[in-house]
Amino acid sequence: MGNPNVGKSVIFSRLTGTSVTSSNYPGTTVEYIEGKMKWRGKIVRIIDVPGTYTLEPTNKAEEVAVDMLKDGDLIVNVVDATNLERNLNLTLQLLERKKPVIVVLNLWDEALHKGIEIDVEKLERYLGVPVIPTVATKGEGIKDLIARFSYREVVEREYGIREERWAAIGRIINEVQKLKHRHHSLLDVLEDISIKPVTGLPIAVIILYLSFMIIRFIGEGLISYVSEPFFEVIYRPLMTRLSVLAGSGGFLHDLFIGHLINGEIDFEQSFGLLTTGIYIPLASVVPYIIAFYFVLGLLEDTGYLPRLAVLVDNIMHKVGLHGFSIIPMILGLGCNVPAALSIRSLESKREKFIASTLMVIAIPCMAQTAMIVGLLGSYGGKYIGYVFVILGAVWITVGLFLNRLLPGFSSDLLLEVPPFRVPSIETVAKKLWMRISSFFREAIPFVLFGIIIVNLLYLSGIIEVLAAAIGPFLNVIFGLPEKAITALLMGFLRKDLAMGMLAPLNLTPKQLVVASTVLTVYFPCIATFSVLIRELGIINMFKSTLVMLISTILVGGFTNFAFRGDGLTMGGWLIIILVLLLIKRLPFKDYRFFKIS
Amino acid sequence: MSQATLHQLKQGERGRIIGFIGGRGVVNKLNALGLREGKEITVISNSFLGGPVTVRVDNTKIAIGHGMAAKIIVEVL
Repeated sequence: MGNPNVGKSVIFSRLTGTSVTSSNYPGTTVEYIEGKMKWRGKIVRIIDVPGTYTLEPTNKAEEVAVDMLKDGDLIVNVVDATNLERNLNLTLQLLERKKPVIVVLNLWDEALHKGIEIDVEKLERYLGVPVIPTVATKGEGIKDLIARFSYREVVEREYGIREERWAAIGRIINEVQKLKHRHHSLLDVLEDISIKPVTGLPIAVIILYLSFMIIRFIGEGLISYVSEPFFEVIYRPLMTRLSVLAGSGGFLHDLFIGHLINGEIDFEQSFGLLTTGIYIPLASVVPYIIAFYFVLGLLEDTGYLPRLAVLVDNIMHKVGLHGFSIIPMILGLGCNVPAALSIRSLESKREKFIASTLMVIAIPCMAQTAMIVGLLGSYGGKYIGYVFVILGAVWITVGLFLNRLLPGFSSDLLLEVPPFRVPSIETVAKKLWMRISSFFREAIPFVLFGIIIVNLLYLSGIIEVLAAAIGPFLNVIFGLPEKAITALLMGFLRKDLAMGMLAPLNLTPKQLVVASTVLTVYFPCIATFSVLIRELGIINMFKSTLVMLISTILVGGFTNFAFRGDGLTMGGWLIIILVLLLIKRLPFKDYRFFKIS
Repeated sequence: MSQATLHQLKQGERGRIIGFIGGRGVVNKLNALGLREGKEITVISNSFLGGPVTVRVDNTKIAIGHGMAAKIIVEVL
């Protein structure tokens, strides 16, 4: 364990093999990562504890860290050699816990580079435990660490109250650390200009633009060179043969292979378990998931994300959040489920409510985005643009409203901005692997289940009843055909599947824009929904759902009526201006009904 | 010697923390990040319009929300 941003995960992935799992700590939604390694013929469990600055917890993740401490046989305390003083605060607290501790002095090379000299032997004497300098990204010192795994001595220390502990740290630092002056490097300059708003905002725009270009490049590359050829050349003949064997029709055939379109299997429209059920997650969605999580891993491990949090703090305050809440929003672009999990790190119930509602309402996950791009791309990039501009407008409008209506205030940003670092390929690869495998585990069962439901709905005739009941409503407000109701129902299970169901309906580009927007806004998928019930509680989730449904009707209706041809009508602009005025005029008051408790 | 709260410092200015306004919880959080009494800080960026203040303390950079920065009293150096 150790402070955030000291390279714990890099040490962890150096120690463990490929059998790494991420799980929730019992009774909480705090995630931790566990792995196994072979050591002297035995299998030992190694746990990557969430980062913490102190054992006097200031948030849920830190509480978990403190709790996990009890179960360890040996505590490996990873310490940032460039920030010894602050890191020793945790180390000294650990030494009081009567547990064997090894201190790993990581980022040793960076410290030398910064002109920091640390006398390791002296530090060992002061602390009374082994101290091992490492450069985890290059694997230096890891062997020395493993060699000390049998260490079980316990030092009993009492450093007293907080002020006395800091005094003790001061004495140690004076003795073991020497600083040499050095000049600013290019990296230092880059680190600073990426935080200052004047230079940082343009840099952020460039980085985000590049990120999306890379995601599209990798995603499309994988689809056209890997997944599509595989499905067309290898998988299609197999399925065609199976279809013939099954007699080209009948209940089982339709369930597994689906309906033949013009006598052939259509992977997007047949809706069989083995055809569409495998094709949508594997061929259309996974390529983009891989691309997204690869880029996200790079942004995380280079230390860029916290800078983004600092830059957007201003705008996030307008919607009642602070800069850090950009993290769930960005995670949500990958998958809403981990985004919903990350919301627990926000402080107040109010922030959690606002952040989850905004995330669910306006952030389409990568699976859905991939399908939006697939469906609308052929009509031109501007329609994809429309969807995202509308969603952005929804995000800010709903946020402004919630900030006015919900009693309470937003708390302040406080976070460490780590230095830029070259990411370790191994850690990025391991993280990518874990995220993709969890996508497989969670998404594919839902897709298959969804296809069974669709087939059952059609076979039992329920769909016609529903289409007759709700269909006219869809038609009048959203301008969508009655059959689109199936897609909307499917959206509860999987949004990508729901988008796929729009394909055979021959919608106009405008209808597709409305449908994409409505599908994003109206309700989270069932997986996200169940996580959020746990996070927010049923009553708050009910309120959040209410916000979503109202927004859906307003936004879907607005898009349907205000867009004519290539832009907004006069009436559309008028409504936008009225809404903005309404928000400005809305008094800050204690609106009882909206109280989040 | 002049006193100020952290959010009044401009980009590039330096100061020494001499105290905090606020409860134990806030002070505990700031302390854990290395912001303690007696520490020297340099303001890297102080954005206009109520954005966060980013400071360098020792070898780290900490971003502090506008409201919280107003609770940190510094001696301007």
